[in-house]
Amino acid sequence: MTKHILKMTVNGETHEVLAEPRELLVYVLREKMGMKGAHVGCDTSHCGACTVEIDGKSVKSCTMFAVQAQGANITTIEGLGSPDGLHVLQQSFKEHHGLQCGYCTPGMITRAHRLLQENPNPTEAEVRFGISGNICRCTGYQNIVKAILSAAAEINAAKEAAQ
Amino acid sequence: MIPAAFEYHRPRDIGGALAILTEHGEDARVLAGGHSLIPMMKLRMAEVPHLIDLADIAALRGITVEGGRVTIGAMTTQHELIASAALHDAVPLLREAALQIADPQVRYMGTIGGNVANGDPGNDMPGVMQCLDATYTLECPEGTREVRARGFYEAAYMTGRDDAEILTRISLKATRGGYAYEKQKRKIGDYATAACAVLIEAENGRVSSAAVSMTNLSDVPVFSDAAANALLGTACDRDAVKAAVAAALAEIDPTEDNRGPVKFKMHVAGIIIARAIERAWSRA
Ligand SMILES: Cc1cc2nc3c(=O)[nH]c(=O)nc-3n(C[C@H](O)[C@H](O)[C@H](O)COP(=O)(O)OP(=O)(O)OC[C@H]3O[C@@H](n4cnc5c(N)ncnc54)[C@H](O)[C@@H]3O)c2cc1C
Repeated sequence: MTKHILKMTVNGETHEVLAEPRELLVYVLREKMGMKGAHVGCDTSHCGACTVEIDGKSVKSCTMFAVQAQGANITTIEGLGSPDGLHVLQQSFKEHHGLQCGYCTPGMITRAHRLLQENPNPTEAEVRFGISGNICRCTGYQNIVKAILSAAAEINAAKEAAQ
Repeated sequence: MIPAAFEYHRPRDIGGALAILTEHGEDARVLAGGHSLIPMMKLRMAEVPHLIDLADIAALRGITVEGGRVTIGAMTTQHELIASAALHDAVPLLREAALQIADPQVRYMGTIGGNVANGDPGNDMPGVMQCLDATYTLECPEGTREVRARGFYEAAYMTGRDDAEILTRISLKATRGGYAYEKQKRKIGDYATAACAVLIEAENGRVSSAAVSMTNLSDVPVFSDAAANALLGTACDRDAVKAAVAAALAEIDPTEDNRGPVKFKMHVAGIIIARAIERAWSRA
């Protein structure tokens, strides 16, 4: 089968890889680009642990072939923050105990990030509906919802202060 | 899970896509949002030696609302459909139904064309399109034709679309009056255990027109004339709703699966149909 040279921007950097059409984006990100943040949870399009942001959409990267992302602009959890410089959402998950085993967290946070781009001031119900494509088996969601609401408030306060 | 190997094509226009489809016949399939097809390929329940991605075909995108006529390009995603204010003004039933499909990630990718062309009885839009009496435009190298949603579904995964055709757009009329899409599911993001779409117009406190259709209660979506007729001319009172529910239930044929036994599905369907009628009436 014909391999394709794929060029995409991941977390602001241009990457070029050679891939077969059947290679799923999550495996290309993890195994060819070394970005292990997006996790393979269910591998059946249900759990959302593999969520990344592609051209302004939250996408389950286990359900997209890497060739489909030719030329795309992708943000993974690695692009949001780092161990020394946590993103507001990461800090908030940490403070509110929004994670336990941590497996769903990268998907949960990249999804929450997109949600807050589209709806900077969500209600609790909107947060719950907005993360309904991400499954967590540890926290019972309570603290995840708290963490996202608190991060939203913090981001909004910072924006206001800057004005 | 990794699917079997395939060749990937990404044509820039419909002509290019149709040419590849014609060249490879049964060995080719189009890819829209991929959120039904890719899971099937990963499970190796679908083998597609030539995959034709429709992503770059601009002519398949976009929503137009003009003079009471609505056209939706096949590659319009559920997310775009939900976001369209003009569409919501013209046909509010569509946003109500789309918001009950899957989850945000699936809605960013999943397209309206893929949803109606797929032929899975669990898909929500086929029943909705039957309720709206929508028309699908199918294109092949020889030309285009139009098919009504009400006559399109033949059996599970079997539709009136020929293998060489691409569904390019959906056309429908703007609606007036009340609408509702009610869906019972095991959890958020799931396919329907039972779902029902209803449109009702009222005149002088009586039902002057009605349409009722159901999702995932047979191997095809079911549009029930009998249920609509039971409502016509009534004040949509308790007896009328009861008669409409009985008429609708007589037309479905659910099967036992992991969403429950037949008796349970009939029970749930009865409740969902009644709720959909009552809510549509309350908005009429
Ligand atoms: C976790 C999960 C939950 C889901 N829940 C629901 C739900 O509750 N309700 C629901 O309705 N759906 C649900 N879906 C399915 C989802 O909505 C799919 O996106 C949809 O069924 C197919 O649209 P697609 O654009 O992804 O099509 P694809 O997966 O790309 O294609 C599906 C089929 O249609 C064909 N096709 C696509 N476009 C065209 C076209 N323009 N012309 C001709 N043939 C075409 C393809 O060849 C393929 O055979 C769910 C999916 C997932 C992963």
